[in-house]
Amino acid sequence: MKTYQKILSLVAVTATSGLLFSAAVYGDDDGEHKSFFSRWQESKLDVAPVNNLTYREECGSCHFAYQPGLLPQASWREMMNGLEDHFGDNAELSAGVNQEILEYLLANAADDSNYKRSQGVMGLLRPGDVPLRITDTVYFKRKHDEIPASMVVDNKELGSLSKCAACHTRAEAGSYDEDEIKIPGVGRWED
Amino acid sequence: MMKIFTTLIAAGALLLAQSVSASPAVDAMLKVYSHAGAGPFSAAAGERLWLEKYRHAEAPAERSCGSCHTNNLSDTGQHVKTQKPIKPMAPIVNAKRLTDTKEIEKWFMRNCKWTFGRECSPQEKGDFLLYIQKSGV
Repeated sequence: MKTYQKILSLVAVTATSGLLFSAAVYGDDDGEHKSFFSRWQESKLDVAPVNNLTYREECGSCHFAYQPGLLPQASWREMMNGLEDHFGDNAELSAGVNQEILEYLLANAADDSNYKRSQGVMGLLRPGDVPLRITDTVYFKRKHDEIPASMVVDNKELGSLSKCAACHTRAEAGSYDEDEIKIPGVGRWED
Repeated sequence: MMKIFTTLIAAGALLLAQSVSASPAVDAMLKVYSHAGAGPFSAAAGERLWLEKYRHAEAPAERSCGSCHTNNLSDTGQHVKTQKPIKPMAPIVNAKRLTDTKEIEKWFMRNCKWTFGRECSPQEKGDFLLYIQKSGV
């Protein structure tokens, strides 16, 4: 009888701790305690929109403020470490501002994102790959490989694929839906 | 009556002159540059610097301030690479210009290095500020 009680209590303790353990793991997995609703809302957008004013002002004064979720952490780290030669331009920042922007980029990079485009970029990233241009990612290339050069690179109104918002009319909001594309001098993009 | 008019006109003229030229940020920076041993500053020297062309190994091979800002400071410029519009430099058409010392220093650092391949001296910065300040007036 005593042995039976012992076994019973052992089973009870194991089951309880197992439950506690899985709850802890699940809670941790939930990250910033996001509700299912906010996750569902996020999943409708392609990538998290920029919500850091310093980043928008400092980086967006020269080019489209690319969403941090379009590149992995390693890329942002390398980029913020080499701003004195930023694709041929000098984009130096004070140490404090650099750090603030880097932290924002790392916290919102593609690595652990639930957004569709971030997962797309990560999914096709080759091991050891640290792309410094979004246009160099395999995902970006695959998504743009059907567009003839005449429409973008040789298009006098565009000249490059780097100006997201020139064709993606809701790029600023984090939406890159195909139905929202309007190429300058060409019109709507029909796949 | 006449006296009141004259006083009003004089006061108005003074206000207008102030709104055109007085910039606490510029005054503060000129003081900093003077402390560094520079001065007196000249808008004409600033204009010469603005128009000066520098050769580089990498494209664009020929660079000047006007590469992005144009040589008319009241005009909207354009980033030479990204083609993003750059608001006019002349404070008379863009009131935000020359109002923030941090912005002034940040852009001097970036743009002198890109254009001249080196940082600008305190003398050059002071000359630039005077030139930009009176541009478009």
